[in-house]
Amino acid sequence: MSNYNFAYLDEQTKRMIRRAILKGLAVPGYQVPFASREMPMPYGWGTGGVQVSAATLTPEDTLKVIDQGADDTTNAVSIRKFFERTAGVETTEETEQASVIQTRHRIPEAKLREDQILVYQVPIPEPLRFLEPRETETRKMHSLEEYGLMHVKLYEDISQHGAIATSYAYPVKVEDRYVMDPSPIPKFDNPKMEMAAIQLFGAGREQRIYAVPPYTKVVSLDFEDYPFEATKAEHACDLCGAEDSYLDEVIVDDAGNRMFVCSDTDYCRSRRGAGHVGRLAQEEVA
Amino acid sequence: MTQTQSISFAGGFYDAPVAASHAFRAAMTAMARPGDIKVIEGAQPPKGLSVAAGSLLLTLCDPETAIFLASDVDSPELRGWLTFHTGAPFAPAEKADFAIGGWEALTPLDQFKIGTAEYPDRSATLVVEMPELSNAGPILSGPGIKETARLSLPSLTEFQGNAQLFPLGLDFFFTSGSQVAALPRSTSVMAED
Ligand SMILES: [Zn+2]
Repeated sequence: MSNYNFAYLDEQTKRMIRRAILKGLAVPGYQVPFASREMPMPYGWGTGGVQVSAATLTPEDTLKVIDQGADDTTNAVSIRKFFERTAGVETTEETEQASVIQTRHRIPEAKLREDQILVYQVPIPEPLRFLEPRETETRKMHSLEEYGLMHVKLYEDISQHGAIATSYAYPVKVEDRYVMDPSPIPKFDNPKMEMAAIQLFGAGREQRIYAVPPYTKVVSLDFEDYPFEATKAEHACDLCGAEDSYLDEVIVDDAGNRMFVCSDTDYCRSRRGAGHVGRLAQEEVA
Repeated sequence: MTQTQSISFAGGFYDAPVAASHAFRAAMTAMARPGDIKVIEGAQPPKGLSVAAGSLLLTLCDPETAIFLASDVDSPELRGWLTFHTGAPFAPAEKADFAIGGWEALTPLDQFKIGTAEYPDRSATLVVEMPELSNAGPILSGPGIKETARLSLPSLTEFQGNAQLFPLGLDFFFTSGSQVAALPRSTSVMAED
């Protein structure tokens, strides 16, 4: 442990990331370039999120790490261990107990508080990238608020599928100015982004940091005749009975039987702990 | 001369990584919640600069950032202290990434970088030393603020003009003693009624 600086990164790198975070907060939704460092984990393991967390954590923080809503995946466990070792922080699986939450692809179901910070791991920060591969062009488009192509793409969805098919990384407009990629969260989570906590986004490979301050206006792009819908599977959780949480469909046996369970494992566990019972849990009881 | 040097070497962060993490949390929270007043400490800058401003500079400045010292805070002692603890170069106002001073000495604001259309982040951050900070005076609204907030800003029109430049513009920290508050360019400022 003593071979590492606090939270692994050297101080000069942290200062550079911290300056980028401050500018990101000052211009919500704008992607601030930063010089991403090699981390002792491969890209795709959230090196952008890890660097933002490393620059943000204090020794008194309690860190939670989730991967698609779950605390116990290899990715989440190793990031948690990394910060236990290099920053000496406490870790938790309980959303309520956490002061900093690093996430890949979900926003917790529990309402986040003003004293919490949510750090997103972002694979592709540029929402216009699939329309325009050139960075110089996308920068120009953002500077001129040229977001017409984005609407055309969504509208093509409607003409082909009868609805907007994009269900992850659904683009949002932040404070009526920048179109932003919310990272590959399900669009069910988009409305939660108007929250009390500070939201920070880190993309390691693409070297971008962006931010959404608390209570910032975050609007999912849509059309008057096709309003945005925060959809989820039309079921209740089979374990805890929740009707308001995002669900994963899981195959449970060789016969191909399925069940729906909360993707947010802490939310599901705390509901069951409070005595809520879902369809399959009832069968077990009976 | 000997005395100047001994002052310069003292007053840095004790256990820099941890002190800087605490100071940054205060700075980030202030910038994310315009109007909130936070405690920021750890540095002991030479006379003439607040603990808050000194702690901010040690947290954010290094050889990559150019610092402008306004005439009211500029001194050989402060230059020596900043050089020793941050290695940051000094620059005229128009080239500065960070500018430090009292409000009068920092104005006019149009001498500072406001970023470019494609890189609005390439703008100056001003650290304004204040006699005191309180949640009174002009009404703030915008990102980071639930409904409205109040902060004892040193002016009204300059900040309204700066907000008009959004997404370009300057971002401000206000420091007094060991307190810090912030006003990013995204905040709308109205006169109190
Ligand atoms: Zn459940």
